[in-house]
Amino acid sequence: MNQPGHQVVVTGVGIVTSLGVGRAAHQAVLSASQAPAPVTDSEQFAPYTIHPLPEIDWSQQIPRRGDQRQMENWQRLGVFTAGLALDDAGLKDDAERCASMDMIVAAGGGERDVTVDTLIVEEARSRNDREVLLNEKLTTELRPTLFLAQLSNLLAGNISIVHKVTGSSRTFMGEEGAGVSAFETAHARIAAGQSTHCLVGGAFISERFDILLVVDAMGLLQSGETRPFWSRTEETGGINLGTGSAFLVLESLEHAEARGATIYARLDSVIGDRGSREADRLEQRMADLADQVAPGATGAGTLIVSGATGIPGLSARERDFLAGRFPEASTCSQAALLGHCIEAQFPIGMALASLAIAQDGAVCPFTDGTNAPMNAAPATALVTTVGHQRGEGLARLSALRS
Amino acid sequence: MTKSAYRDHLGRPIVAVTGMGVVTSLGQGLSDNWAALTSGRSGIHTITRFPTEKLSTRISGTVDFIDVPVPNSVERSYAFARETTLEALTQAGLSGDFGGPLFLAAPPIEPEWSARFDLSDRVPQDQRRGNAYQQFLAVLHARPDPQFYEAIQFGSISERLADRFGTRGLPVTLSTACASGATAIQLGVEAIRQGRTERALTVATDGSVSAEALIRFSLLSALSTHNDQPEKASKPFTKDRDGFVIAEGAATLVLESLEAALARGARVLGILTGCGEKADHFHRTRSSPDGGPAIATIHAALADAGLSEESIGYINAHGTSTPENDKMEYQALSTVFGERMPNVPVSSNKSMIGHTLTAAGAVEAVFSLQTMITGVLPPTINYDNPDPAIPLDAVPNVKRDKAVTSVLSNSFGFGGQNACLVMTAEPA
Repeated sequence: MNQPGHQVVVTGVGIVTSLGVGRAAHQAVLSASQAPAPVTDSEQFAPYTIHPLPEIDWSQQIPRRGDQRQMENWQRLGVFTAGLALDDAGLKDDAERCASMDMIVAAGGGERDVTVDTLIVEEARSRNDREVLLNEKLTTELRPTLFLAQLSNLLAGNISIVHKVTGSSRTFMGEEGAGVSAFETAHARIAAGQSTHCLVGGAFISERFDILLVVDAMGLLQSGETRPFWSRTEETGGINLGTGSAFLVLESLEHAEARGATIYARLDSVIGDRGSREADRLEQRMADLADQVAPGATGAGTLIVSGATGIPGLSARERDFLAGRFPEASTCSQAALLGHCIEAQFPIGMALASLAIAQDGAVCPFTDGTNAPMNAAPATALVTTVGHQRGEGLARLSALRS
Repeated sequence: MTKSAYRDHLGRPIVAVTGMGVVTSLGQGLSDNWAALTSGRSGIHTITRFPTEKLSTRISGTVDFIDVPVPNSVERSYAFARETTLEALTQAGLSGDFGGPLFLAAPPIEPEWSARFDLSDRVPQDQRRGNAYQQFLAVLHARPDPQFYEAIQFGSISERLADRFGTRGLPVTLSTACASGATAIQLGVEAIRQGRTERALTVATDGSVSAEALIRFSLLSALSTHNDQPEKASKPFTKDRDGFVIAEGAATLVLESLEAALARGARVLGILTGCGEKADHFHRTRSSPDGGPAIATIHAALADAGLSEESIGYINAHGTSTPENDKMEYQALSTVFGERMPNVPVSSNKSMIGHTLTAAGAVEAVFSLQTMITGVLPPTINYDNPDPAIPLDAVPNVKRDKAVTSVLSNSFGFGGQNACLVMTAEPA
């Protein structure tokens, strides 16, 4: 699906996870001599374990208090991380290039007012005119600005306001697949000459009861005693949600070179698909993706950043497929270290892969034991995402050797 | 036809529309909708879906005549989209797997309040502690609920459409607020121009009218409170306009490269000639007062189409009937069209169907194409007290017979979203 045309390169990386804020913090993780300990919180949302937001000084990227107040943490995190990416690409103060920059954001929904929702639920239990109560309470209790903090496309809207990125603004939704489609679309547009530079990414906050509900309605969250990623069972559930955001600046090679940008990696190909997961249909689809994205590859010199969710059966199927298809590759499980970040999962994987390719020397395994270490910087990275319910994606990034 | 006849001014594949389907509060299907629209009928009515006591706005253009198995916005949005897609594919003469990508504009999803109340009832007495979500989590963790789960996933609607119609690849579900329908079409046009596909299914749907949706927009003072005469509430470009009327609907357009469409003998309904977009950084809900981004969006669409403003014969306005939008839209249009402005007819479908939000851009693209096909301009109804600050030829109150060969359609939304489409009649 990816046509030859303009080459697409990564020139800016903004990343925030439970392990820290910014590119340098994550480069330190990737180049460490041993796997870092995940940062988790098993108490605040017990019986669930989540990976929390690191300490952030929002005003570093969102200078106006008024702007900060118009958002809740989901939008703040995305706007903050988008700012990091623009800074990293050397475009933060380039008004002209921001004004012509395209943008695709992978989004879910923003925070609800749990206090108001609880008030209504509690009062409704003793009323038989619940819908009238609802009208009354929502009218008097809802904060007008909260609607805007909940709206999916207002993460992008706030990036326009705070960072003046206004070439275009598109918001993709649909859980993990949104992150894949965002990169697939941005890549296709730049490759075809429809865009020269594009900000792509997403954000996800696990520290929300309302978001835990969205995933655990299917009983997919790991609960009770914390368990290592590959030791979870169907009975105890599989997913620990993460908190994180990644935004990348993608550019055509010509556009990047003309302004003397630093290039992390070339984004060769990115494709998503979906369909039944019965029998071996998932594996067949993954094989088709691999045929298109990395034809003939065995994984030599390749780092695979796997976005496996932690759902035991599904994650094992992906692991087995990757081991069979790319036997020489080293695979890192992103969620084992950072938790699963739904819409932001694929963008975070893309950020980590870009940093790994650009670094000197060995890449640290994300977790001890199950992930093979990588003794030199990878020439190629593959990024996978297998959505917790639907949607799969695969991308290939390469070192751009002159 | 020579090869170059299939390429546009930039050497890209020309994108044809070969199938259309539409649902609004006026009815199901293009034929019923067009008959109502050209006779100046309003689909806006008093809400009966839920009690409206204590609400400042009690009117809407809800679509209540399509059966859904469960009353929630995912089921409604899916059902509307399914119906318009069936209509569009039939018109396009396509059956079996569609075999191209799906671009879906769909509303952001949250649990329905009825579902929250239902969960609340399932919480045992001795577990009624903590916040509402802690209580719901305890219930669902003990007993997962796949039906509730699917009703709160953003990817549910495109998943079902993809299965039903055999689209290819990972569907895109998108939101650019009230510009979403236009963005879905733009994504389809881009995919065909990229050479990634010969055809694309572009769908926009919105079945999300609820009490909370009304209240949220009311708190932003965005809605008309003209409750007593619902059919008169949406009155774009008038002095009395007091907000938009929230509504539901859906539209599907089958896009194909002109070459592929003609090769299979399809009837070409029109050409998607140009798309433009530009974000606004002025404010979360308000547009730049000078209309700068809207002007840039219209210019971008014209440039993409390779047309000058002189060739545009009719404008399908965003025309929401809010004080601010209509003023800003006039400012933008009059800047682009200059002295010609009084001579270019501009009408707002929203005067009759209300604001179908996520679906609006695509619904209005269908009506724009139908305008060219039939040579009839739909009116702006309720145009009884024109705003003198907006001196437009609004096609007041009564349809007009007029052959046009190119139409411009605007869509603007919260979050600084602006999109514009240029459509032309099929080449003779």
